Amino acid sequence: MPVTFLLNGDPVSVDAPPTRTLLDWLRETRGLTGTKEGCNEGDCGACTVMVTDERGARALNACILFLPQIDGKAIRTVEGIAGPDGMPHPVQRAMVEKHGSQCGFCTPGFVVSMAVGHKNGRRDHDDILAGNLCRCTGYAPIIRAAEAAAEAEIPEWMEEDLSKLGHSAAPGTDDAAAKGGRPGADWGERDPVAGTGAATGAGNALADHGWVRPGSVEEMAAWYEANPDATLVAGATDVGLWVTKGLRDLGPVCFLAGVSDLRGIEIGDEEILIRAMTPWADVREALAPLFPSFGEMIRRFASEQIREAATIGGNIANGSPIGDGPPALIALGATLHLRKGDVRRQIPLEQFFIEYGRQDRAPGEFVEAVSLPTRARALRCYKLSKRFDQDISAVCGCFNVTLEGGEVRSARIAFGGMAGTPKRAIAVEEALLGRAWSEKTIAAALPAFAEDFAPLSDMRASAEYRMEAARGMLRRYHADLTGAAPSIFEVTS
Amino acid sequence: MSVTASLPHDSAWLHVTGQARYIDDIPAPAGALHLAFGLSAVAAGRIARMDLSAVRAADGVVAVLTAEDLPAENDVSPSPDFHEEMLSSGEVHYMGQPIFIVAATSHLAARRAVRLAEVEIEESPAILTIEDAIAADRRFEDGPVIWTKGDPGPAIASAAEVIEGSIRIGGQEHFYLEGQAALALPEEDGGVLVHSSTQHPTEIQHKVAEALGLPMSDVRVEVRRMGGGFGGKESQGNALAVACAVTARATGRPCRMRYDRDDDMVITGKRHDFRIDYRAGIDADGRILGLEVEQFCRCGWSQDLSLPVADRAMLHADNAYNLPAARIVSHRLRTNTQSATAFRGFGGPQGMVGVERVMDEIAHRLGRDPIEIRRANYYEEADGSDAGSGIAGTAAAEDAARGHSLDHADPASRGSASGTRGADIRPDPRGHQTTPYAMPVEDFILHAMTDRLAETSGYAARRAAIAEWNAASPVLKKGIALTPVKFGISFTLTHLNQAGALVHVYTDGSVRMNHGGTEMGQGLFRKVAQVAASRFGVDASRVKITATDTGKVPNTSATAASSGADLNGMAVRAACDAIRERMAAFVAERQQADPASVRFEDGHVHVGGEAYPWEDVVRDCYLARISLSATGFYKTPKIVWDRVAGEGRPFFYFAYGAAVTEVVIDTLTGENRILGTDILHDAGASLNPAIDIGQIEGGFVQGAGWLTTEELVWDEKGRLTTHAPSTYKIPACSDRPRRFNVALWDAPNREETIYRSKAVGEPPLMLGISALMALSDACAACGPHYPNLDAPATPERVLAAVARARGAG
Repeated sequence: MPVTFLLNGDPVSVDAPPTRTLLDWLRETRGLTGTKEGCNEGDCGACTVMVTDERGARALNACILFLPQIDGKAIRTVEGIAGPDGMPHPVQRAMVEKHGSQCGFCTPGFVVSMAVGHKNGRRDHDDILAGNLCRCTGYAPIIRAAEAAAEAEIPEWMEEDLSKLGHSAAPGTDDAAAKGGRPGADWGERDPVAGTGAATGAGNALADHGWVRPGSVEEMAAWYEANPDATLVAGATDVGLWVTKGLRDLGPVCFLAGVSDLRGIEIGDEEILIRAMTPWADVREALAPLFPSFGEMIRRFASEQIREAATIGGNIANGSPIGDGPPALIALGATLHLRKGDVRRQIPLEQFFIEYGRQDRAPGEFVEAVSLPTRARALRCYKLSKRFDQDISAVCGCFNVTLEGGEVRSARIAFGGMAGTPKRAIAVEEALLGRAWSEKTIAAALPAFAEDFAPLSDMRASAEYRMEAARGMLRRYHADLTGAAPSIFEVTS
Repeated sequence: MSVTASLPHDSAWLHVTGQARYIDDIPAPAGALHLAFGLSAVAAGRIARMDLSAVRAADGVVAVLTAEDLPAENDVSPSPDFHEEMLSSGEVHYMGQPIFIVAATSHLAARRAVRLAEVEIEESPAILTIEDAIAADRRFEDGPVIWTKGDPGPAIASAAEVIEGSIRIGGQEHFYLEGQAALALPEEDGGVLVHSSTQHPTEIQHKVAEALGLPMSDVRVEVRRMGGGFGGKESQGNALAVACAVTARATGRPCRMRYDRDDDMVITGKRHDFRIDYRAGIDADGRILGLEVEQFCRCGWSQDLSLPVADRAMLHADNAYNLPAARIVSHRLRTNTQSATAFRGFGGPQGMVGVERVMDEIAHRLGRDPIEIRRANYYEEADGSDAGSGIAGTAAAEDAARGHSLDHADPASRGSASGTRGADIRPDPRGHQTTPYAMPVEDFILHAMTDRLAETSGYAARRAAIAEWNAASPVLKKGIALTPVKFGISFTLTHLNQAGALVHVYTDGSVRMNHGGTEMGQGLFRKVAQVAASRFGVDASRVKITATDTGKVPNTSATAASSGADLNGMAVRAACDAIRERMAAFVAERQQADPASVRFEDGHVHVGGEAYPWEDVVRDCYLARISLSATGFYKTPKIVWDRVAGEGRPFFYFAYGAAVTEVVIDTLTGENRILGTDILHDAGASLNPAIDIGQIEGGFVQGAGWLTTEELVWDEKGRLTTHAPSTYKIPACSDRPRRFNVALWDAPNREETIYRSKAVGEPPLMLGISALMALSDACAACGPHYPNLDAPATPERVLAAVARARGAG
């Protein structure tokens, strides 16, 4: 089953194993070595490429992007950021003029991220570039370059003509080969696919290479019910690392990129429904106006590249104790929508997480959506990490208290990083309920953390510090609601 | 034409278009193999059994090599007096040590195959921490190195106040964006061409030659550029280059190796972490009367470059402060962890943090503004009358270097700290202020720099405003600090301070330039090309910049110690001037003019009132059979150093800088942020202000990262648990200060360096110390006690320091 896409404006069709990454294919098969491997786990951004589909242009990490995920899309690498006649893109010119490169290795990734931001009219350069690491410049000249290029016109060559794919998508065509390039097929000696076991499928309805790419949720639900051992791949920001770092054999793979009816957000008067395949970038856009504090946390959730790929469903389904989505959603009182075949059920999100590595999900069952209330004025989300941007939380605390007559009427408090799962702080909630919303009540509630949590020590933080910081977050929440303490983000020199 | 110009990096257009080629981008010939190391999974022990049959049988695997399969030397140490196996022959010294090589048809196949190995290692107790090593007395050299100036004991005993404490300073991963990489191409006669991402091509050449049993002349090493080095590619590339070369020999095929990022972080060395204990006696004004410093330096398992790193930490234990009496003790501790290695500053930053901590604590004790305490302890300002005077000439240095046995050693490595002996080294005969190692400080400019920076940054007003702000802010606290940098420029192993160059002028007037320095992003190639263009009076675009190549310029020193432009700029100048003199003699004779009157400017050769186009004169010289090619050579004058006694003039000069940083902390979680940084830095008469400012901005952010977010964590088994960017956090875009003002001091170097510029590679990193001290200031605003903030100042450490300031513990 060939994967077809536009590469720097030209259609290509590739017959690839399912876990072949776009980065390896670009560098090893196509010889397009401008896109770099810096970490091979989506953290450094040296491999950033522009991916365009009907939903627009976005920057993604090619190192954890499997080829079947980009079927039907347009890929533009650093080699395609300059015009066809070598005319530089405004961000390239600005990067030279502002001395934005030193060793140059991260530069292609920066240039692509900047060009995508430029195309999308973005001016929040720090956020756009949070997923691109540079070790030489200290970033100052790069930001100067981004600012200098901001007003320049978008070069016409940055427009992708996805209709070109209509011609080449026919089975059997191979434009790369036709153009005299290397053949698109990728089973040669440079790729040891035999070790992946990917082609040894389960003798079911799998496509020829052990992977499927369903086009609707109906199709996907039926297939997954029949193939419950398969790996579902949404944004691949987690599964990608199973392959690039764990060197794991995924077995049969179901790519969800084409399941468009599993994507989208519906905002009602009382309830918001977010379908599982909605990327975090879209979640942020929709929820930030409603829940500013949650929106701010999502801004710091991973990086632009990751938020454009990672989905809310994946963030829940992988069951990580340190994902930042679940604590906020639990504090909001979110409901999880699960589906197996045609059978659907709904559970409170916190019940999904049973213990570390185990979730309330039957074989063949999947996360279809999550729903949450439209209003939660007192929701606050605090993300604590060594680095502000693109870091996994040591502790993530989310608070949602309602007051009536100065007393706590309801409380939903949930934490990440404090237990083997995202977890509600039930004892803390009880210590607040029905009491006056005062510093005294807060102080009296602090010991309850020890009933709720017994966190671990690891490379991110010690157990003692996690407890102390979690308590500090409750105190901060109280101060926040009473308007007492600004955040360190609101302070300037 | 003036040499000074803010030209872009020589490869800027190649960088932004993705055309700049790094090792893994070089198209390899068909049949090239990809290598990966199999690594030890335990920190200490002996290999009891190794079954690699599944590895050999894995898809794509062509060859598997163990220590027994190596043709000659199994030693990749940069240190001549230490044997560092590339592949363990039995003993295992750290978790991550290479044990075998897999060569396969793809990078991924090699990585997959490695995991199929069955290796049983009999574990022995591992020495992991500084305290473990002290308890076991596991160290390099027989005992601590001790240098003294006077006797601080009585001075401390009789002092008005005594400050005593200890600080821990974490290590730092280089995180060069391009991981370690090498490519070996076997040549027809058994020789080999090695492309390596290395700061030290000559050492790669030396190690590959030893490993293959070849003379160095049969090995050629080429380096066009690195995707970042920062010291991490001074010695740490040896293993990959040697692995590629020996596997190429074994298989007859080109071999390429690049570390996966996790492997890179698990295998290679990092900045040394330190514990520094201090005891200072001070007078009522905060002036230090006597200082005792004990530096505990965690070196990891092999000696690598640890001895000179630890030396440089001692050499910067004074930073900018005149210590009347000092005793500096250095323990080089050997542990079962990655071998710590060179990292921008090379021990200097850790030494400096130690004494800056002392200044900070003195100010806290006396309730004074730390800037006053720092000024009170500064060396005296240079008076401008004695620029350029030294204590010993080059002849003494040469004699001394000759006395050192260089037999099997790699003389181009700075891994050995073997020092000179018997040189005429005495404290400055004219009674000048001297460092604790008896070097006169003749070029001190930090009084003036501090005054100017304090003024331009509005330090005093901001400090007052912060105090007011803090008084009204119970949860958030701000802090501010001004810290100085005085960094010694030269390799402390004196003979390394030499460089060569090769310059060709072609008949069309174009110039091709080679020198021993390597380009790792610091803009060296651009600067040196500007020198060449300036000497010939042509536009910089006429000078072609080429890869560093051991076949063109031999016996080079590592591009390290900030020395790149100083050494190679001078060597290129010498080569250009040799050609220029020949050309001048020719045109002077032709025009009946004095050769000394010939000028090379504006693309013309000016002689006797006439101006001839450069290209025409070049062609005429060729027709007149004048050689248009020359080598150039340079050796740094005035330096001499006895490391055993801890006396001499190890540095040609000092580079200076100062930074003011303002921070805010959250006392509920310890989260913290840099709000603003103002920097004034001394780059001498800058060759390229844009490149120098780039080094300063980048150096500051890297230094601040080291002291704040970048935390290396090992578990109790010796496993590095922060081995990827997901867990090890270098600064990201938004971590740079929002207010970020950088200015150059821009006065000429008092010493005769290339166009009176100053080295700028390492010194700005230490401006980042201002961030740590500002955080300490913010913590101190939380209570009456000294916060004793350790580095890196993660939120966790800041919160603990806040608690200490309040009196809890």
